[in-house]
Amino acid sequence: MKNCEYQQIDPQALPTPTPTPPPHHGNDMEKKKEPRRPRRKWEVFPGKNRFYCDGRIIVARQSGVLPLTLGLILVTSGLFFIFDCPFLVKHLTSFIPVIGGVLFVFVLITLLQTSFTDPGILPRATPDEAADIEKQIDNTGNTSYRPPPRTKEVLINQQVVKLKYCFTCKMFRPPRTSHCSLCDNCVERFDHHCPWVGNCVGKRNYRFFYTFIVSLSFLTAFIFGCVTTHLALRAQGGKGLVFALQESPGRYPLVICFFSVWSILGLSGFHTYLVASNLTTNEDVSTQSYIGINGGTSSPHNLNIRIFLCHFSMIDRRGFLPADESAQTGSADIELPTLAAKSEINVVGAAFALQKSPSPVPAPSDCH
Amino acid sequence: FPQFHNLQELRHSASLANKVFIQRDYSEGTTCKFQTKFPSELESRIERTLFEDTVKTLNNYYAEAEKIGGQSYLEGCLACATAYLIFLCMETRYEKVLKKIAKYIQEQNEKIYAPRGLLITDPIERGMRVIEISIYEDRGSSGSSSGSSSVSGSTAR
Repeated sequence: MKNCEYQQIDPQALPTPTPTPPPHHGNDMEKKKEPRRPRRKWEVFPGKNRFYCDGRIIVARQSGVLPLTLGLILVTSGLFFIFDCPFLVKHLTSFIPVIGGVLFVFVLITLLQTSFTDPGILPRATPDEAADIEKQIDNTGNTSYRPPPRTKEVLINQQVVKLKYCFTCKMFRPPRTSHCSLCDNCVERFDHHCPWVGNCVGKRNYRFFYTFIVSLSFLTAFIFGCVTTHLALRAQGGKGLVFALQESPGRYPLVICFFSVWSILGLSGFHTYLVASNLTTNEDVSTQSYIGINGGTSSPHNLNIRIFLCHFSMIDRRGFLPADESAQTGSADIELPTLAAKSEINVVGAAFALQKSPSPVPAPSDCH
Repeated sequence: FPQFHNLQELRHSASLANKVFIQRDYSEGTTCKFQTKFPSELESRIERTLFEDTVKTLNNYYAEAEKIGGQSYLEGCLACATAYLIFLCMETRYEKVLKKIAKYIQEQNEKIYAPRGLLITDPIERGMRVIEISIYEDRGSSGSSSGSSSVSGSTAR
């Protein structure tokens, strides 16, 4: 089912109002060629994500309230620049729009980065790996099917940690990884699924998320302060505060900022605490303790900086599937269990198995 | 065991018999490190020291990638100041090391593993969870072993 869905998606036809640049023209050309054209891996990705720009941009299935978030930010900042800035530039300093502008750009860029990057999705286990795992668990030699046990205990830095088995991805989740049901992916160092941003927050996009909420706090506080100053100045010069409020449309940013600044500041504070104690939101609310598993010679503080320093995506979205090459070579060097178990090859096998391994995998041509 | 001359020959004249998965070694924390324990399936195929060397070199590469020092701090601060846009032009140190690893694995495959009928898959393609080593056998002599792999494949459901 999922396979069909992704093949039929034409990014230009999607109604979701995302502020992405228009998709590559290359996409159209690829769709019109004959079915034997090489397909990119994002087209067969098993999770519930959507891809734009030929795999360059990844979003969760439901964009949540991302349009609302964008709308609020754009409208509030727009009103601020149009109505409050001229007055403040005249009466105070012209640095105000400059600072506001820089913060606004920062907020927008980091928001888009948080929404459109891969949060640290773990590719699912290939059928061979899944079989190997089950073989290891089921070592009594009993051939009747038995569901694998749910946990595996591992000693991490002298601390016992339970690794859970993920039935969807068919593997034992590495430590600090969690499965997001909205995106249907296992995400490394899973923090939470943020509806405001329309994506999971995990290892790879945490730094974008943190920068986003911190700069948004600054922006909100800044706009709040400026608008208050503006209204105060008007009230002094004119006929009182109430009149000033009624007169200027610049009051709308005030209202929005007033209600949101506390929650955003609170969220920034919370995440600063999480960074300082090397936890994720998920771990903060869970019962299992993860403190200390990153130990060794480096102190915990060093490791939190890691959040901002690494990373890379493990899902190769734009790589090509080797499928067509196999069709052309013709030789049947496919002795993989894939032939025997073709019906269970979900797209995982085709997409993620074997880019380097020379055994090609037949492309799943039907939907299941 | 069958002798192959290069990767091309491996591709065309051998059949996949089995796969071995080298798991992560978490004994020193959650940094990326793989177990150096020599799997029994490879005993007849490759010398223990060669295998251990490969895994140890890979572990060293990963440790180098994840190392935190002056350069990483600088990279991080610069990135933060430019709202991370600098990554549109620049490659992070981690990505540079990943490229080195890919080259190393390719080289190892060509020189050491393919001639012995083995093939290493880059861990990044398996989510850094395992190092997958595929074991190939000469076509015609692999009937029973590939049969058993397909049986285990179908019981995976």
